Amino acid sequence: MTPDTTAYMIAGFVVIIGGILVYVLSLYLRQAKVKKDALTLHDYEQDV
Amino acid sequence: MTDSNKTPRLLLLLDILAGLGVLAAFLLVMLYAPIELTMGRVQKVFYFHVAASWSGMLGFLVATVAAIAYLKTNDLRWDIASLAGVEIGMVFIALGIISGSIWARPVWNTWWTWDPRLTTTLIMELIYSAYLLLRGGVDDPVRRAKLSAVYAIVGFTSVPLTFISIRVFRTIHPVLVGSSDPSLGTFAMSPRMQAAFFGSLAAFTLLFIALYWHRYRLGSAQSAVMQKRMEIEAGGEQ
Repeated sequence: MTPDTTAYMIAGFVVIIGGILVYVLSLYLRQAKVKKDALTLHDYEQDV
Repeated sequence: MTDSNKTPRLLLLLDILAGLGVLAAFLLVMLYAPIELTMGRVQKVFYFHVAASWSGMLGFLVATVAAIAYLKTNDLRWDIASLAGVEIGMVFIALGIISGSIWARPVWNTWWTWDPRLTTTLIMELIYSAYLLLRGGVDDPVRRAKLSAVYAIVGFTSVPLTFISIRVFRTIHPVLVGSSDPSLGTFAMSPRMQAAFFGSLAAFTLLFIALYWHRYRLGSAQSAVMQKRMEIEAGGEQ
């Protein structure tokens, strides 16, 4: 008889897809921070 | 801000293709691939587990090629390329380890065992964790790049060792590529399973390329900001 391992399957896909989404979010947040830093430096140069 | 800060159209297209590819692979796995009789539905995790592990090893391979290129050219862009490969490789290998552990619980009746494949994969992940620690401990960008490149090349020896571990040592981990010996845990894949398997590999390869490109762009932008900051600080001291 085939065992019911549905809960483990769901957990496996949640980990993989969730992990990828978290990494994509981290890339987005870091990119946004770098853009902000670049703008700040640009503004500072304009002022000086 | 310049045009170079905008995301290239090709990258946006790649993002869309990668997203659609992963969605299509997921649908193939869930709706098209049959349920394996002895393991049940958890066997479906295997398709993404292998694809994630493949992408992880691809990341380490790219990191090594970039490291060799850096040592040859001393161009810091190769250092950024190498770091991008390591970071993404670590993310995918971590996902492979965790998803493998979830698969193992109902199939092997344990979350973890010190099997050669599991052990060498964990060692590989730890070796690349040390790569990041090494980078964090060196301030000078040129010295950091040189040390990191040498470390990435030496560390890459763990990748083929992990790949062949299930073929060289006695192991309970299934051997799916390059073996037809059922005693090695190989299970026959039906044509529908093969479609889900190769579809997942293709989708994760596309995803890897898209993420790698984004990570490289991030590294370049960080490097440019750091350079600008140093120039302003140097100008202020004069």
